[in-house]
Amino acid sequence: MTSQGAVTAADPGAAVTRRASARRVTGRTPGGTGRPGRDRGRKRLEILFFVAPALALMAVFVVYPVFSAARMSFYRWKGFGPMVDFVGLQNYARVLADDVFTDAVVHNFVIVFASILVQLPLGLALALLLNRRIRGRGLLRTIIFVPYVLAEVIAGVVWFQLLQPRSGLLETMLTSVGVPVPEQGFLGTPDLALATVFVVLTWKYLGLAVLLFLAGLQGVPDELSEAAQLDGASWWQTQRRIAIPLLAPTIRTWVFLSMIGSLQLFDMVWILTGGGPANATTTMATYLVSQGTQRSNFGIAGAASVVLFLIGFALAVAYQFLVLRRDTKDA
Amino acid sequence: MARRATTYGRGGPLVYLVAAAVVAVTLGPVLYGALGGFRSNEQLARDPAGLPDPWVLENYRGVVTNPDFWRYALNSTAVALITTVVAVLAGVMAAYPLARYQFRFREPLFLVFVLGLLFPAAVAIVPLFILVTRDLQLGNTWWGIALPQAAFALPTTVVILRPFLMALPKEVEEAAMLDGASRVGIFWRIALPLSMPGLVTVGVLAFVASWNAYLLPLLLLQGDMRTLPLGVADYSTEHSADTAGVLAFTTIAMIPALMLFLAMQRRIVSGLQGAVKG
Repeated sequence: MTSQGAVTAADPGAAVTRRASARRVTGRTPGGTGRPGRDRGRKRLEILFFVAPALALMAVFVVYPVFSAARMSFYRWKGFGPMVDFVGLQNYARVLADDVFTDAVVHNFVIVFASILVQLPLGLALALLLNRRIRGRGLLRTIIFVPYVLAEVIAGVVWFQLLQPRSGLLETMLTSVGVPVPEQGFLGTPDLALATVFVVLTWKYLGLAVLLFLAGLQGVPDELSEAAQLDGASWWQTQRRIAIPLLAPTIRTWVFLSMIGSLQLFDMVWILTGGGPANATTTMATYLVSQGTQRSNFGIAGAASVVLFLIGFALAVAYQFLVLRRDTKDA
Repeated sequence: MARRATTYGRGGPLVYLVAAAVVAVTLGPVLYGALGGFRSNEQLARDPAGLPDPWVLENYRGVVTNPDFWRYALNSTAVALITTVVAVLAGVMAAYPLARYQFRFREPLFLVFVLGLLFPAAVAIVPLFILVTRDLQLGNTWWGIALPQAAFALPTTVVILRPFLMALPKEVEEAAMLDGASRVGIFWRIALPLSMPGLVTVGVLAFVASWNAYLLPLLLLQGDMRTLPLGVADYSTEHSADTAGVLAFTTIAMIPALMLFLAMQRRIVSGLQGAVKG
């Protein structure tokens, strides 16, 4: 660094010329590895300068807390004093033996699969529909995306009012057309609560699926469907044989995002049911938050965090290998 | 993109019917909230599905004259602005060498950010709570919530910005380098202004995520420092008997996000698509 400074001070022009000629010779981009040694030290410092703030933030607020959660999981710790009571894998044993937690895992996976089975066909159908040349298409696209922009909490509070037992709008409407409603309300009946949460989630997140699919459909060349049309294919046939297959990469990516989101589900459940009734809607995230902050069982919360991360990571890696790899290979 | 007009794939009556149903289901709850705010609790109890009759302004007036509401809105705005500035600045700085320099650890470094996408805040929430409140003494402050949020927004920011920076023409930067400009100067005066559209996109995404965030604020903020989502949630539990008041409060809390969305619709959409492709 000092020698570089000396050179520049003595003859600034020479350094620049040399740098430029070095680039011409090696044909690399600026900052290429082909530069002489003294530039390299300077380049390292520059790289460090650029990435340091981001890496520092990630280290302090992402990496450290994640490792800290992992460490916490091996101790019995109530949050006071030093972490000394090492219990090995006992917290994991307790978490995995806790019906509330295993049920929470099941609930997360119910949401994962229900999202794919319900939101995917529904989102696809709406995207194909909105891709038609109908009046007010732009407005429709805007409207369908509105729930996605609202905070989960705000959407949750409105739905909580809609779903009020007896006095709520939904029950009043259902009763007026003769549909029986559950005694305790939709959110108060253990068998219906998770399904109700899922319906609200679908309302909230369908717009994202539609939007992404619509964007993918923009990439389907008109020529293809026009050719198919000349060959006598119906609208439905061109969608099924041309549009949907070409949309496959977008669909696979949406499935990935949806899975990760479903595993992390917290806000909506916390607002609508708080995990109840009778733990019928707990998720891994609500479990670890209530263990960690309400009961100060930090070790248990740590173990649950690690399990949540491992499940998400395993799913992500498996999906990457089994499904998404096809996309990167094609690209 | 100019689409050729064909008679193919136009909507029949059935298509319009489905579209109308979708609009009704999508906007129904939002309209219920907005109209409910114009009714009295007595009206709501008598006929939950009715329209305001007469229109009552008391609920909305109550919200906008409620100092707590403005306090929450101020907190939300401050936290979202700090989060956005920190995430975008640190993100574009990190993305720049990842896009422009050749060095041995470039791809592993990028992978760090990609892997960051897999760590949800929920996993680290309890240690984060301890870190921010005890170790950093930043509990119940704007920075205490904004810094972790920025850190969790960084992976998306870097993953979207890197290809964006790569696509910028190199010629201007090379010319500046020939004129003896330093790398940092080039970044500041050339790369940053050129990447403004990308920065706006990731900025809007970070802002909306912060504005809507609930879990981290729930653990870190109390009392006067609460943000709007916390305020809405608490108001609805504290005033559960006052349905009309809750609906008015919630509806007004929706407005900023909706306006931002309408103004920035293109950016949000292209950002999300970028995130998906990246």
